[in-house]
Amino acid sequence: MADVTAVQAWRSHGATRRSTHTLRLRVSAALIAVTVLAVLLVPPLVRLDQQAVDLAAKLLPPSWAHPFGTDDLGRDLLLRCVYGLRVSLLVGVVAAFTATLIGTAVGATAGALGGWADRTVMRLVDTLSSVPHLLLGIFVVAMFRPGVWPVVISVALTHWLSTARIVRAEVLSLRSRPHIDAAVSGGASRWRVTVRHLLPGVLPQAGLAAVLMVPHAMWHESALSFLGLGLPTHTASLGTLIQGARGSLLAGQWWPTLFPGLFLIIPTLAVAGLAGVWRERINPRRRSELML
Amino acid sequence: MTRAPWPAMARLTARRALYAVPVLLVVTFGVFAVAAASPFDPVKAYAGTAALGADQDTLDRLRENLGVDRPFTARWWDWLTSALGGDLGLSTVMRRPVAEVIGERLVWSTLLCAVAFAVAVLLGTVLGVLAARRPGSLLDRAVTSLAYSLEAAPVFWIALLAVWLFALELDVLPAGGLTDTGSDRVTAGQVTSHLILPAGVLAVSQLPWFTLYVRQGVGDALAEDPVRGARARGLSERTVLLGHALRSGLLPVLTLIGSRVPELITGALLVESVFSWPGIAAATVEAATAVDFPLLAALTTLATAAVLAGNLLADLLYGLIDPRVKLNEM
Repeated sequence: MADVTAVQAWRSHGATRRSTHTLRLRVSAALIAVTVLAVLLVPPLVRLDQQAVDLAAKLLPPSWAHPFGTDDLGRDLLLRCVYGLRVSLLVGVVAAFTATLIGTAVGATAGALGGWADRTVMRLVDTLSSVPHLLLGIFVVAMFRPGVWPVVISVALTHWLSTARIVRAEVLSLRSRPHIDAAVSGGASRWRVTVRHLLPGVLPQAGLAAVLMVPHAMWHESALSFLGLGLPTHTASLGTLIQGARGSLLAGQWWPTLFPGLFLIIPTLAVAGLAGVWRERINPRRRSELML
Repeated sequence: MTRAPWPAMARLTARRALYAVPVLLVVTFGVFAVAAASPFDPVKAYAGTAALGADQDTLDRLRENLGVDRPFTARWWDWLTSALGGDLGLSTVMRRPVAEVIGERLVWSTLLCAVAFAVAVLLGTVLGVLAARRPGSLLDRAVTSLAYSLEAAPVFWIALLAVWLFALELDVLPAGGLTDTGSDRVTAGQVTSHLILPAGVLAVSQLPWFTLYVRQGVGDALAEDPVRGARARGLSERTVLLGHALRSGLLPVLTLIGSRVPELITGALLVESVFSWPGIAAATVEAATAVDFPLLAALTTLATAAVLAGNLLADLLYGLIDPRVKLNEM
């Protein structure tokens, strides 16, 4: 009797687990889709000016006409947030892509060469990761003056380290596989083995790392912009929106601060949810494995 | 616990100190190289607006006086040798020696970080154990989703909302600073009331990570043989949870505490600037805004040293707690 209930309990547990999986997958995918669509479609389709100043309607709390309220110049915050998300997402994607490119190149080179080159490069990676990311980012931005490109560069320069480690480890494990041995004994050059056999093998891992890095890069951009070291104030990113709302916040208006922050949280949670489901698919035993 | 392996710990510390030397050399060299490659001009930064009206001769003489006409490698070496003697140069924005600025601000940053870290560790352990006790329960789901949401929320945004709620709406805590405006004396009571909000926000930003790892560690430990054995012997649930599962589940988390120093510094950077806390992190932001190179270089070096010290602390703790770990092999 006891066994039967145990099996039933296990079954129903498995079923719930699967259904919450599907739910999480759907919610995450839907959130990402809505985000991307909003960012791509709203600017060309909605004929509203995000910069339209209306001082008569300044600092209105959320209402039907302005779902997120208005800021201190009477601009609609929903529209500002969508435009801000657009800038933040673009900076995040470009920075994450650049960082992945650097990380893959460095990691693959180190892994493929091996020996002292590998040791030197990885020591350098260890050294660089001893500097806190945001601090290094602040330093780069401070030296090169705030702007879109310094921000992208500072995020890319601080985030390729983990990708380099992942790619190198993957290359090292691939190197011991039979098909690499076959290629080497078939007379393929080191370059050919790396480009034709090793790189395609590490691309899925590098791709996943890139996707996971996008929310992190967005966070980085918004932190720099919030500190006044990121994008210029007239380029509405989510960070500059929160920075610009500080005055209104101290006067008691919470909505110009709250909504841009929510717009930052949503993509992060959605990407983390997708990554979690993906990892559980690959390795169901460690389903509770963390994804921080 | 067996006798602490002091000689092995001392050897590990010495080895790490030796390893820190090349790391700090490379980092400081990199800092000078980036500055040399950037459009930043130390002469203009030094002279400020006076540089606008100055003729080329004056600027050149200034450049020579400051020693910035030489290659950056020579300047790096000069900086390094005088830094070893305790002279880190002059902060251009504060118009005071960098070492002095750091010295008086380090206390406040350490206080803030220590309090926040202690709160995060304690609260994270409690929440993590509660969540791990019944995986999949309502409490577990609530704690886990809260942790993931907090992890995703930017810390400066939480800080701003906390200012709005506690300082403006409820009016129970001060919005920032170290002491009340108008008071020029630093008293323990005032510092405490001004510390609650920033330390609380910093703790909340570090909390999700601890909670999730403790939940993971304790949850895994609950499924292992020693715990099953303890249950079979009829020990109370409390003893099993706190005496067996928590003890082995907390172990990996404790070792990671030291490696959280970078995140702590990042959080402190943002929290200190929201709350105008007169610490080192807020000084970093000021230095960056004003392109105060001597101060920035010193602070970057200091942060790197702190991270290295954190890593060492993690390894030492691990060796102290887990007798299976051989410190000599680290």
